[in-house]
Amino acid sequence: MPSIGTLIVGAGHAGAQAAASLRQFGYDKPITLLTEETDPPYERPPLSKDYLARDKTFDAILLRPASFWASKNITLTLGQRAVAIDAAGHVLHTADGTAITYETLIWAAGGHARRLACTGHHLTGIHTIRTRADVDLMQAELAHTETVAVIGGGYIGLEAAAVLRKLGKSVVVIEMQDRVLARVAGPALSRFYEEEHRLHGVTLLLNTAVDCIEERDGRAAGVRLANGTIIAAEMIVVGVGIIPAVAPLREAGAAGANGIDVDDHCRTSLPDIYAIGDCAAHINPYAPAGQRIRLESVQNANDQAAIAAKSIIAAATGAPAPQYDAVPWFWSNQYDLRLQTIGLSTGYDDTVLRGDPAARSFSLIYLRAGQVIALDCVNATRDYVQGKPLVVNRRIIDKALLADTAIPLKTHG
Amino acid sequence: MPILTITNLAGATCDVSAPATGSVMEAIRGAGFDELAALCGGCLSCATCHVIVHPDDFARLAPMSADENDLLDGSDERTPTSRLSCQIPFTEALSGLRVTIAKDG
Repeated sequence: MPSIGTLIVGAGHAGAQAAASLRQFGYDKPITLLTEETDPPYERPPLSKDYLARDKTFDAILLRPASFWASKNITLTLGQRAVAIDAAGHVLHTADGTAITYETLIWAAGGHARRLACTGHHLTGIHTIRTRADVDLMQAELAHTETVAVIGGGYIGLEAAAVLRKLGKSVVVIEMQDRVLARVAGPALSRFYEEEHRLHGVTLLLNTAVDCIEERDGRAAGVRLANGTIIAAEMIVVGVGIIPAVAPLREAGAAGANGIDVDDHCRTSLPDIYAIGDCAAHINPYAPAGQRIRLESVQNANDQAAIAAKSIIAAATGAPAPQYDAVPWFWSNQYDLRLQTIGLSTGYDDTVLRGDPAARSFSLIYLRAGQVIALDCVNATRDYVQGKPLVVNRRIIDKALLADTAIPLKTHG
Repeated sequence: MPILTITNLAGATCDVSAPATGSVMEAIRGAGFDELAALCGGCLSCATCHVIVHPDDFARLAPMSADENDLLDGSDERTPTSRLSCQIPFTEALSGLRVTIAKDG
């Protein structure tokens, strides 16, 4: 299967958009989009929300209609896993022994859901939420499930908990830290979401470590906590992050400790190989100065895809390549709460609460050295929109003024 | 199925028929237009499905919500007939609707 042109590994938001962007910007060589999944590109965020709730069908979450790829002369290669790369020879090897020659490679393989390492981690009834296949497996078991233990109080775990409550399941969320969303948000946001989940009937166990998974008849039957308590559950959902899927690139010599390092054109340290999306460790202008981060979001996947596509086209023509400097944004829907985030709160040293959480509409504004660096806006779209210029321009504004809901944020822009 | 008239960024116009069960965003995406990002998938969390409705058709649409209005306010491309296409249910009654994909759509 020779393919002189661009080979894209991974067909999530990043890979799919890279293919679409290349064509949109006029790239006329062959494009192959290769994924280990057996489905054409689809949206991942609904997996823990509308798709899990069956409010949306699979067709409704396809990123493009099935006919799109052929119409753009993009070859979709499904069910194929990349296993090795000969970077000097520009050849990628797949698990079935195929060697694919490329001119340019875009690595957009994202990550695999991190799994438990404790006793019982392999049992049937333990689920992760990363792919359509994951959620289809969950759904097949949900009909005969009454109680679900969710391990991990991050966005995936909390979104799943909200849907599972809506489906009438008993839900226990087990979180090792002393608050939910500890890695991604400030305490005020954590406390608000904890209260909401409790009000919706979720049992929240904070500061709680897992010892092992209990087994009965070859299936998971519950979670044994470090303190010896057993939480009985027919289903266990593990939402403890991802492990970047980068082994072939790493073995080929690409630099990177957490994911694969890329420059601001999304180029790796290997010739003609780009990396984008969840696995791309980049210097983000919205993170603390010089800090290399991976950003797991649709925004990052999409914007890095466009940068890689433009850079590939620019490299062919000798034109200057654009730099990645997009402002991060993110969303999470739980119950009737719409969280919208602008900026990155990483490294914040102060926060301002704007509005009243009890009114279920408020924003948490993050500051670093006085500058506005991010906003978490709950049912507060206006703050989200008007806060963006404050983040982009690193505005320094009196905290009392930021907190005053009578003053629109655009006043400070 | 109702007909939607779509003008893309290059200025080319075409008619597509789409099921009267989804949104205008889904009708545009389903027709294979690659300029409409619609990044949040239609949950009113971004503004990347921005379209400009033909002025003569604008009054045929139900009024927008405060959140949609706020999100559109964040766009430099907003016009008096801008809408987020994910917020317009596509129905038989809307057949013949004319929309142009906005530059930031």
